[in-house]
Amino acid sequence: MNPATHPASGVSLVVRGLRKSYDGQEVIRGVDFEVRPGEIFVVMGPSGSGKSVLLKHLIGLEKADAGEILINGEPVGAPELADKYRMALVFQSGALLTSLSVGENVGLYLTEHRLKSPEEIARIVAEKLADVGLKNTEARLPSELSGGMKKRVAIARALVIEPHLILYDEPTSELDPLSSVMIGEEILNLNRRTGVTTVVVSHDRDLAFGVAHRIALIAEGRILTVGTPDEVRRFDHPLVQQFLHADFSRKRTD
Amino acid sequence: MFENIGQLMNLFGRTLAALPQTWRQRRKVFEQCFEIGNASLLMVCLLSFFIGATVALVTGPALVERSLASAVGGVVGYAIAKEMAPVMMAILIAGRIGSAMAAEIGSMRVYQEIDALRTMNINPVHYLVLPRVVAMVVCLPLLVIFSIMVGWFGGAVVANCNNLINIPFPVFFSDLRDVVELKDVAHGVIKSVFFSMIVGVVSCHQGLTTIGGPRGIGRSVTKAVVNSIVLVVFADYLLTLILTRLFHS
Repeated sequence: MNPATHPASGVSLVVRGLRKSYDGQEVIRGVDFEVRPGEIFVVMGPSGSGKSVLLKHLIGLEKADAGEILINGEPVGAPELADKYRMALVFQSGALLTSLSVGENVGLYLTEHRLKSPEEIARIVAEKLADVGLKNTEARLPSELSGGMKKRVAIARALVIEPHLILYDEPTSELDPLSSVMIGEEILNLNRRTGVTTVVVSHDRDLAFGVAHRIALIAEGRILTVGTPDEVRRFDHPLVQQFLHADFSRKRTD
Repeated sequence: MFENIGQLMNLFGRTLAALPQTWRQRRKVFEQCFEIGNASLLMVCLLSFFIGATVALVTGPALVERSLASAVGGVVGYAIAKEMAPVMMAILIAGRIGSAMAAEIGSMRVYQEIDALRTMNINPVHYLVLPRVVAMVVCLPLLVIFSIMVGWFGGAVVANCNNLINIPFPVFFSDLRDVVELKDVAHGVIKSVFFSMIVGVVSCHQGLTTIGGPRGIGRSVTKAVVNSIVLVVFADYLLTLILTRLFHS
């Protein structure tokens, strides 16, 4: 599988020597990797390996103790970066604003930045919701939606931004297998349609091997390996093999 | 503690710097004003009436006994306008509105809604803090004016109905007018503007710095109310000192 080639293709992302500690405990221990424009790059690893913290650094929600993150060669956090490149993060919980309707959530970026007229915003919101299979849900409240629907609304909210870089934090967590497949397809379709650079953080092996152009395996705040799904499968490291082959049903039959 | 004060001043400064955005956020300001009015008007009525009534009940018999019946209207009017209404309304608003603000923003923080705003380049101070603080600054002085009138009425009712005081309505209000001047009402209203800023900024700050889950939200709500009340009482002393000198010089 090759990265999508699209006229509005995404940005490159370079992470070098990233380190982060909380209360003296090092969570990210010198992480290096590179994401190519238009690529779907999955950071996979067990819970507590530092995946979500890494993601927060990529979008500038957290400041690193050391190292740098470059988007098309420019450091994340630089004031001019926001004007040049748009980034979106789909949170694990969806992080929809509970006091707003689905439509208001999806159109929030356009409304707050006054980028379009209310009529245009309504049209774009309807279009993006249809893109994620949630037609005519504008008036509903987030509390009325299932976990999968909330995540799809969060994706629609990210799509409205027309991002150059989209980040997904555990997009299939707490979802049933069918909803997980739908979210995976959504990630793939969006990448094919827009060429947006995509970083997915997940511990879901099916999702990772299903959507990734390349996978980075992270454990205890370090990247163990980066490669195509096939390369990662063949990577001979006890932690990697343990993570890739852990299977509850097999344990029971054994 | 000093770190907290520093953070509060920082948030206050950022809110002041965001003031030019007020017109843009007017819809949220109106919504917040409606929330404040809707949630507190009935309580303001009840509280103010009984504050006025209690002040009259406490001071009235003692003054009448000392042949100072003509002072009852003035004492009630003066105490309510300058002290009771602004302080009690600030405490009421801290408990009823400030706590709700801290809980709402705190829950947004815990459930990553504020992070979501930041990823969309939406400044949480512009989006969340500014409308709440502006609405507070608009509403609290209005509530204080309303509270002063209801409090005076409560005092008049007790002064009229209580056998130990027995001062008719027209006499009570005439005595009140002789003592209480517009500047005394202004004194209370000016205080309430400062109190509203304190309650608004403290509540929003507690919300924005919430950590942990539901327990963290609960802690933030408690802190928002307690810190607001402590700062209001402290500011009340300073403001009374300053305003008294200002109005009497």
